[in-house]
Amino acid sequence: MSPEPVLAVTDLHVHYRRVHALRGADLTVAPGETVGVIGETGSGKSTLARAIVGLVRPSAGRITIAGQEVAGLRGGGWRALRRRGVVQYVFQDPLRSLDPDLTVEESLLEPLLIQGRPRRAAAERVRELLERVRLDEDLLGRLPGELSGGQRQRVTIARALATEPRLVILDEPVSALDAANRVRALEFFQELRDAGTALVFISHDLGSVAGVADRIAVLFQGEIVEEGPTREVVNAPRHAYTRLLIGSAPTLRSARVARAEREELRELLRTNGGPA
Amino acid sequence: MTLLSLRDVRIHDGVGDRDVVHGISFELAPGAAVGIVGESGSGKTLTCRAVLGILPEHFTVAGGTVSLEGRDLAGLSANEWTALRGSTVAAVFQDPASYLNPSLKVGNQIAEVVRVKTGLGRRAAKDRALELLDSVRLPARVYGLYPHELSGGMLQRVLIATAIAADPRVLIADEATTALDVTVQAEILDLLADLRDRTGLALVVVSHDLAVVAQLCDEVLVLRAGETVEQGPVEQILYEPRHEYTRLLIAEHARYGLDRVLELEHVA
Repeated sequence: MSPEPVLAVTDLHVHYRRVHALRGADLTVAPGETVGVIGETGSGKSTLARAIVGLVRPSAGRITIAGQEVAGLRGGGWRALRRRGVVQYVFQDPLRSLDPDLTVEESLLEPLLIQGRPRRAAAERVRELLERVRLDEDLLGRLPGELSGGQRQRVTIARALATEPRLVILDEPVSALDAANRVRALEFFQELRDAGTALVFISHDLGSVAGVADRIAVLFQGEIVEEGPTREVVNAPRHAYTRLLIGSAPTLRSARVARAEREELRELLRTNGGPA
Repeated sequence: MTLLSLRDVRIHDGVGDRDVVHGISFELAPGAAVGIVGESGSGKTLTCRAVLGILPEHFTVAGGTVSLEGRDLAGLSANEWTALRGSTVAAVFQDPASYLNPSLKVGNQIAEVVRVKTGLGRRAAKDRALELLDSVRLPARVYGLYPHELSGGMLQRVLIATAIAADPRVLIADEATTALDVTVQAEILDLLADLRDRTGLALVVVSHDLAVVAQLCDEVLVLRAGETVEQGPVEQILYEPRHEYTRLLIAEHARYGLDRVLELEHVA
């Protein structure tokens, strides 16, 4: 049987006042597994991510991280969990997720010192982390504003890895990068996965996740409408919305084929209360 | 016949005192589509702006020629440029909301462009605006809505409707789908392909994504730091890329994108 999942989300609901943003989501992630969560504007994908890391309070349902039930945790419980560094979160915009007044070194030291590591061991670990994300030590004294976009995202990734998390939530982690940095980041996520870290890779673009995810979950209007191994979901999609997503993702080889089919799917989703 | 022709166009930055685009050439026939791929800073937007006569301050076309319908655009007066824009060459950009007045109904904004560009009266301009909404597949009720009431995809359709109001022969789409959801991006790309098929509108499609350009265009230019590193028919670029940067763009799709898991028989 499969090992105990690092993350288990069961029948999760989130309400923002009267808006029912997440309508009963289920998701499990095993150690060393990468699960892609695909959703467009308003699908609830960021709500799901934020609920998993405790930034949004669910209105119902369960979230278990490494065996611990977290959906009912209050501030103090979450702070204790974060201190252990079991789960980490990488956002799309690295400039806004790094403290602009902290140098690279200070940013990377912070989670380690909070965890209670001695300063010397922490400094040692910072150098290891830099090497892992292939950043030069010369950058340690720089502020986030003095780095390129690619370097900045590597610093956020290094910071997320500082505490050796078992689960990393990646929310559109490569969308703001150029091609060379995107490829480098994706390669790195694969290494991370191979080293046993569980990843939830959230994106609006199935195309950017298909190559790295073992499984794919498709979110549409607050519900996971389809979930399965990547190859199955991509090649034999069952839900009309998944078919439209795949037919819409720009690819190099199938580019000119699906215009008429896309039109049919849009019509189908419109008449079934799909997106306008 | 060539509609738009760029020959060895160089663009100079007067402040940095250096060339930022080092000789770009391509020809666009009526109903054809050329794609320009590159990162930010590659010079793709400056090239578009040179064709539209809207280079930012301090930037100048320092060499080569841009000609539209056989007419050299160098030395056009401001009035001549204004007459050309919209009626011969038009453009849509990344952030449609920033090109619309938030306090006016979108229909009136389209109709205003129609009146200014074609000289039609109010009544006729409104009819034409409704016709344009229909041709970008928006329902007539959109005429009376304000920009904030529309989604990003609908706003981009409104901008396309405005851009084609005076029947231009060339439409430049500069990262026009970059900020949109993938399914909405596909709708806009389908609309551009459809306009091209129906009306013979020629397209210049600018994107950081090679796959977007491959979907619409016959010819592709790959730009890097103001330099054309590769240029040719789309099949040649995709299947026989010569430059390492083009190979990187292709490898990204092939190794990490949908292309890696998509089984071809499913597609056919």
